[in-house]
Amino acid sequence: MSRILSALFLGAVLLFLALPLAVIAAVSVNEKKRLLFPPVGFSFAWYGDLVGRSEWLGPVTNSLLIAVLAAAVAVSVALPIAYVLWRHRLRYARALYAFGLIPFTLPPVITALGFMIFWNAAGWSGSMTNVVLSHGIFLVTLPLVTISLGFEGLDRALTEAAATMGADDRTILRTVVLPLIVPYVLSGYAFAFVVSLNEYIVAFMVAGFTIETLPIKIFNSLRYGYTPVMAAVSVVFVLVAALVFGLIARFGDLPRLLGALGPRDR
Amino acid sequence: MRREDRRAAGAAAGLAYPTVMLGTLFAIPLGIMVVISFFRKIEGGFYEPVLTLDNYARFFTAFFAQNLVFSLWVSALAASIAVAFGFPFAYLLTRLARRWQVPILVLLLCVLSLSEVIVGFSWSVLLSRTAGLSNVLVWLGLLEDPEAWSPSLAAVLCGLVYLAFPYTVLVLYPPLARLDREIVEAARTLGAAPATTFATVVVPMLRPAIVAAAVLVFVFTLGAYLTPQILGRPQHWTLSVLITDQAVYQANLPFAAAMAIFLAVVGLGLVAAVLVLARKRGNAA
Repeated sequence: MSRILSALFLGAVLLFLALPLAVIAAVSVNEKKRLLFPPVGFSFAWYGDLVGRSEWLGPVTNSLLIAVLAAAVAVSVALPIAYVLWRHRLRYARALYAFGLIPFTLPPVITALGFMIFWNAAGWSGSMTNVVLSHGIFLVTLPLVTISLGFEGLDRALTEAAATMGADDRTILRTVVLPLIVPYVLSGYAFAFVVSLNEYIVAFMVAGFTIETLPIKIFNSLRYGYTPVMAAVSVVFVLVAALVFGLIARFGDLPRLLGALGPRDR
Repeated sequence: MRREDRRAAGAAAGLAYPTVMLGTLFAIPLGIMVVISFFRKIEGGFYEPVLTLDNYARFFTAFFAQNLVFSLWVSALAASIAVAFGFPFAYLLTRLARRWQVPILVLLLCVLSLSEVIVGFSWSVLLSRTAGLSNVLVWLGLLEDPEAWSPSLAAVLCGLVYLAFPYTVLVLYPPLARLDREIVEAARTLGAAPATTFATVVVPMLRPAIVAAAVLVFVFTLGAYLTPQILGRPQHWTLSVLITDQAVYQANLPFAAAMAIFLAVVGLGLVAAVLVLARKRGNAA
């Protein structure tokens, strides 16, 4: 009885989560340009528009470029903090870690406004570099958390063994620590990549009028009315996210990455 | 000893780059924002360095107060709904076999990372007259004609709960997954029904985690910016919309900065309070 009830509850919530995605997928293959559900006819034409029309291809390229670079910036800032925190347990590293958690904990509009004011004051606004750097800092929290989880899970006996055998810090880092930490670095990168791809407010306030990213493009066209290309983009976004997180789940330990196990339960 | 010194120096050098990055691109922007919030706006999108409290004084106008109360109220409501459903969901999720857990976690991450514009757009379709759920009700014979359910307050709430739900579950997932299974099993062995075990053992044990999650989700929903615009009417716009509007379209950076500082203080204050509370409980235990 209670098993059935809990299965029903789980099912209902999953339906709530999946419903909007299903409707979007359905309207994205409508043959007509109007918004109709259930869909009339069947056509992949709107997906073609996504890469075939420069109006959409531009934002697609912008978003991909920003996400690829911004995730790299985020990882490059997060990795040294997580390493020094784990290796030397410096109080200053702990402070930096805590500071790095702030951008993602606060309502993003605050960070976004901070960036906008900063780039304006620096007299250097509206460029792609600004968006990349801003996203990189805004998303630093994600690799910081995953990479730190990775370090916490490392067996110190391994590094101690290497040290006993005469390896110096640098060699241990390169030959023992980094290979074990790579999966966590990659998942941190992937999280930051996907979120950057979907991020609106920071990109908008930093360079919304000069660099059109996909979320900005979707919102702008939403104001002028409906086009099925919006639904097609949304489906592609969901698929990219599903692919990335699916890969992490396939090759990594997703429950652990999301904090299911404490560092000592390894 | 000298070797240790050298190590510490190396460690400090390793932190130089993150310090510069976070310092220049995060600490300084926040600092400038605080300063500008005390400056006076002048025509043409600029400000002059005259110290004034005018921007903060505007908080006491009826318009701002209304907007603030609405933002806090709608975020609190959305967060409560998300936690009320998210907690039992996360609990049941952690009891599932791993091969079921993983695909659900992937779905949650997909929804969580989904752009707010896409979430808003999906719900506006789902609640629309031409392609929405009301058509299903018409088809079932429960409704005469299809209706538009968006824009409305209920639609905004729907969108916010949808945005907040995966976040809620993922915040609650670690404490629930680490919950000692033996305690739950002990309650079951002693004859408690699963629902009783959940209500009398699991919920009380995790009360601090639930409160912490509620606060985090509340701050998270305060950040919603596009949902109120896509699914609501202007009276449903939240503080985030107002800040952006002032900064981008009204070119009033000082006032926008003052509101952002206020939002940051509320947000960080709440999170800090919860952390302190959690630490106290941890010490007491």
